[in-house]
Amino acid sequence: MIPATFEYVRARSVREAISLLQQHGGRAKLLAGGHSLLPLMKLRLSQPEMLIDLGPVDELRGIREEGGSLVIGALTTHDEVANSPLVRERVPLLAECASQIGDVQVRNRGTIGGNLAHADPAADYPAAVLALEAQMECEGPAGSRTVPASQWFVDLLTTALGPDEVLCRVRVPVQTKGQGWSYIKLPHPASGYSLLGVACLVTVDGGVCRDARVAVTGAGPKAVRLTKVEQALVGKRLEEAAVAEAARLASDGLEATDDLYASAEYKRHLAVVYTKRALLRAAERAAG
Amino acid sequence: MTGVRVSMTVNGVEYTRDVEPRTLLVYFLREHLGLTGTHVGCDTSTCGACTVLMDGKAVKSCTVLAVQAEGARITTVEGLARDGELHPIQQAFWDEHGLQCGFCTPGMMLAAVDLLQRNPNPTEEEIRHALEGNLCRCTGYQHIVNAVKAASRMMGAAVGAPAGGE
Amino acid sequence: MAVTQVFGARVRRREDPRLIRGTATYTDDVTLPGLCYAAFVRSPHAHARIRRVDTSRARSAPGVLGVFTMQDLEGKVNPIPCGWQVPNCDLKTPPHPPLARDKVRFVGDAVAVVVAESRAQAYDAAALVEVEYEVLPAVVDMEAALQSTTLVHEDVPHNRVLLWSVKGGDFEAAAREPGVRVVRQRLVNQRLIPNAMETRAATAQYNPGTGELTLWVTSQNPHIARVILSGVLSFPEHKLRVIAPEVGGGFGSKIPVYPEEAVVAHLATRLARPVKWAETRRENYLATIHGRDHITDAEMAVRPDGTVVGLRVRTLANFGAYLSTAAPAIPTILYGLVLSGPYRIPNIECEVTGVFTNTTPTDAYRGAGRPEATYVLERMMDLAARELGLDPAEIRRRNLIPKDQFPYTVATGITYDSGDYARALDRALEILDYPKVRAEQAAARQQGRYLGVGLSTYVEICGAGPSKVVGSTGFAGGLWESAVVRFSPTGKVTVFTGTSPHGQGEETTFAQIVSHELGVPLDDVEVLHGDTDSILMGWGTYGSRTTPVGGTAVYLAAQKVKEKAKRIAAHQLEVSADDLVFENGRFHVRGAPDRGMTIQEVALQAYLAWNLPEGMEPGLEGQANWDPSNFVFPFGTHACVVEVDPETGQVRILRYVAVDDCGRVINPLIVDGQVHGGIVQGVAQALWEGARYDPAGNLLTGSMAEYAVPKASWLPRLECDRTETPTPVNPLGVKGVGETGTIAATPCVVNAVMDALSPLGIRHLDMPLWPERVWRAIRQAKGGAA
Repeated sequence: MIPATFEYVRARSVREAISLLQQHGGRAKLLAGGHSLLPLMKLRLSQPEMLIDLGPVDELRGIREEGGSLVIGALTTHDEVANSPLVRERVPLLAECASQIGDVQVRNRGTIGGNLAHADPAADYPAAVLALEAQMECEGPAGSRTVPASQWFVDLLTTALGPDEVLCRVRVPVQTKGQGWSYIKLPHPASGYSLLGVACLVTVDGGVCRDARVAVTGAGPKAVRLTKVEQALVGKRLEEAAVAEAARLASDGLEATDDLYASAEYKRHLAVVYTKRALLRAAERAAG
Repeated sequence: MTGVRVSMTVNGVEYTRDVEPRTLLVYFLREHLGLTGTHVGCDTSTCGACTVLMDGKAVKSCTVLAVQAEGARITTVEGLARDGELHPIQQAFWDEHGLQCGFCTPGMMLAAVDLLQRNPNPTEEEIRHALEGNLCRCTGYQHIVNAVKAASRMMGAAVGAPAGGE
Repeated sequence: MAVTQVFGARVRRREDPRLIRGTATYTDDVTLPGLCYAAFVRSPHAHARIRRVDTSRARSAPGVLGVFTMQDLEGKVNPIPCGWQVPNCDLKTPPHPPLARDKVRFVGDAVAVVVAESRAQAYDAAALVEVEYEVLPAVVDMEAALQSTTLVHEDVPHNRVLLWSVKGGDFEAAAREPGVRVVRQRLVNQRLIPNAMETRAATAQYNPGTGELTLWVTSQNPHIARVILSGVLSFPEHKLRVIAPEVGGGFGSKIPVYPEEAVVAHLATRLARPVKWAETRRENYLATIHGRDHITDAEMAVRPDGTVVGLRVRTLANFGAYLSTAAPAIPTILYGLVLSGPYRIPNIECEVTGVFTNTTPTDAYRGAGRPEATYVLERMMDLAARELGLDPAEIRRRNLIPKDQFPYTVATGITYDSGDYARALDRALEILDYPKVRAEQAAARQQGRYLGVGLSTYVEICGAGPSKVVGSTGFAGGLWESAVVRFSPTGKVTVFTGTSPHGQGEETTFAQIVSHELGVPLDDVEVLHGDTDSILMGWGTYGSRTTPVGGTAVYLAAQKVKEKAKRIAAHQLEVSADDLVFENGRFHVRGAPDRGMTIQEVALQAYLAWNLPEGMEPGLEGQANWDPSNFVFPFGTHACVVEVDPETGQVRILRYVAVDDCGRVINPLIVDGQVHGGIVQGVAQALWEGARYDPAGNLLTGSMAEYAVPKASWLPRLECDRTETPTPVNPLGVKGVGETGTIAATPCVVNAVMDALSPLGIRHLDMPLWPERVWRAIRQAKGGAA
């Protein structure tokens, strides 16, 4: 219940945070909203010797529109993303996803940067950012770099973020008219994490699907795109039968882990069902 | 023991203390400030018994370090009543039998205040959804929902008047 | 405030002002000068010999005042006794040492305790205690435990803690009757974790000057704790003060006396400093008792017309690693004796084998034995209905005990007090609109949707209870209850009760009783409980006894006060007592209403003692210790409608109807609250909860992130109604109601889900009905097609 002792320092800027990370090597971890890190520390599953608090770094806050994308500061809370008029209008898939993370209190503190840097296998955002083909903007000792979502999630709790880097912003292309979208999840009844979550974004033109992006979270060690499903949808009308047929491919080769509440087999099955349901919802939105 | 100096306003009063960085906000409130109305019910950030308002928003104070609350305005259950007069949410919980053992109640009421700020006239479904971060083992939630509806009526359609620690 | 009819009124609770203001004191809120903190070192192994405990690193850690193992407690803290040693069942009672001595027997078994200046320092130092274990094989599964050479306790062969049976009639003979068929089913009642929102805590303070030891503890029964602890600590009972301050829920899990409480109390005397201990939730999951955990093979003998002629049940009941305070009675007395439920089943046989396993000890959890019995009975009724092609409401109706046959003695010898079971069934079906729901179900099936309707008609035994009877069942105490109703000179009333409510609202309902009987304003009545210093003796709050037994004691004490007040008034008004009328808190002379005295005036006179009847002692108070002649038997019918999503196996409750009868109702708001809370816990067992162990004895559902306690959004609005059939057992006519919801709801929901799945030929599924379990059954039934 009580974390082990650690040193604490407040970073006043990204540059300072980077410098502190370099200074303290593996002893230190960045602290954002703390809702991934602090629970681990309270159970003493994680015992960093130092916490670098990004809280005061205002340059990491804010949502703005720039060149066809929304640029979301890493410290933006889930509540802010879910309720931002800009996000709801421009990237409603992201808002829908954020609104289903945890509960109200978690959403008031948890941040998009913290969530994506931690990359819990059952977190919600990963599916959405994959489907949206978002880009993670990081800064480190070597300067800035941008990592596309497709390369961000490396393995279980492992991202492309370097040990001395700070994830500063998430750049998300705005959705266009004619796109349908949805994020649906089956929450784990105890933890509220995503037992299975599917995010999808479809582009429909003249009633026919031109592009589909479908991503799943919660099944295996990391969120993934369901490329077979996507390919099966292109050129089709998004009607029940075609969608169901494409969704069946969701379990094909999908890495899934057995856990206490659900077996890998059941998760693969859920992936099929939820992919179908998410796509049908997206199709409805595209049409209306 | 090297402490970090932290200052915050709790229920309208400013406090400055030296704390170990690992001090959770809930223990800061309970043990350093003696405000034991906020309770600890779990260790996985699940139950919400520790919910307080931080800069007007409901947060689980067991998942916030006291040092993260530097400069913040905190409202605990002890700060809901003004000049001895109960906040409508308290009055409503009382009128509607929204509590039995009372342990989850402070956190539940503060979560309800957060809800009514955002959504002054919530439906039953919206109330139940908004309280997913607060567990109650005694009431089965029905009277709690009634209480939130009653508070919403009492507070009218105006944006709720939370004791935001001001 | 004018005194109006308060008995039966929706009065706001007297408890609430302190709770809603956050000024109430729970055990972990107690602060004392010089307070230090304890943390326990617990075994990570389910079964192991303790080879060595090295406390040196811990002892030199910052802030540490001491580290203690059983060696340090030997002779000072005795084993924790079992308080309900049921006779005639070959009960084994291996000792339960306060700290593990040479062996640990479950993950969480405490091995050592650290005391430090701060809570954090105690945690830190506890992690530095090094224990060398020789890991032993663990027995976790009950059937395996009974066959295993691995013994949880050396003196308990086959790990069999008891073998208990009850027999009424002759099941074999009944089953042989021509035309009778026997319906068979194995039923698992899974282990549950009580999850009161407040975890356990104990704060102890010793005053060397007065020799008084004060223990604040999260207990449902401070007097029982005091008696037991005085023995465990070899401490004179009258110098031991046990206080249950505000307690955040119990549901049975705070009945037992636990090792930590004894150890903390002892440490306070040893260190001459107040000591506090508070469980974390994960510790609570390991070290606080669990509930249920039965495996039952049931046979129901039934005639073609649905008449149930017999029920035979063989149950394995998991006791965990140690005998907890009330544990032996839960799967025996409180289970086997009520297996016939609300039905006229003339032949009942029940055999229970209690098993030790290397898991957390079990004990009473909301319902304590009666949910287990009702689950068996109500599932079998549905299975019988199904096999016979009968409607589940109809088969129940044909078997219910008719209302004109009360008091009714069942096959096991228990006598039910009063009941009108058919009326509750009718009312529930009416609220549900049963024919309409069945029609909707049929229409839904045409569309490939799976709706299900579930019922459960129940009666349960509560309001413990007649002391002679409970004594004969091995309870090491009585279950009468005490009350003192005392006027003060200025006309205020204090009520002292030996019960110990922790959310049930008796500070309000008892005040309502007194206000009603003595005509004093509700606000002038204060109800005190929980402190052994101010209440001589009592037995606590559990088993839905507080109002039927404790409330009756309050009522009787109030009558004594009224009687005495009447005699004083008569004397001072110079009339005979028979010429006095008592109305709205005032005595007046019959026919001359302006000649009178308020009861407050009488109270003052009683204390002034200037003019009292010859031989009367001054003062105005009444004491009553009331021993009921019987338990009480609330009953009812619950019904629900569910929908099963065939693609995912998820279950959604569409409607939930409850009609309960707890006799006369003192405060309908409070009764509703008890019913709601009970229902949600019962539904939770059916659909979401379940404690799971791995074969090595590790608790897999080790925290609230794995064990699913219901959230507000999981249930629809509950539709609750009541019938009121008073009990003749007590003058108030009240029965208990705290556990009925839990008892009825579990089989109601399971029956509904199985009803939804019945077109697929799925006969039975064990709880919890998690989506995957349901989905697999559907898939298998459909021949493998998802």
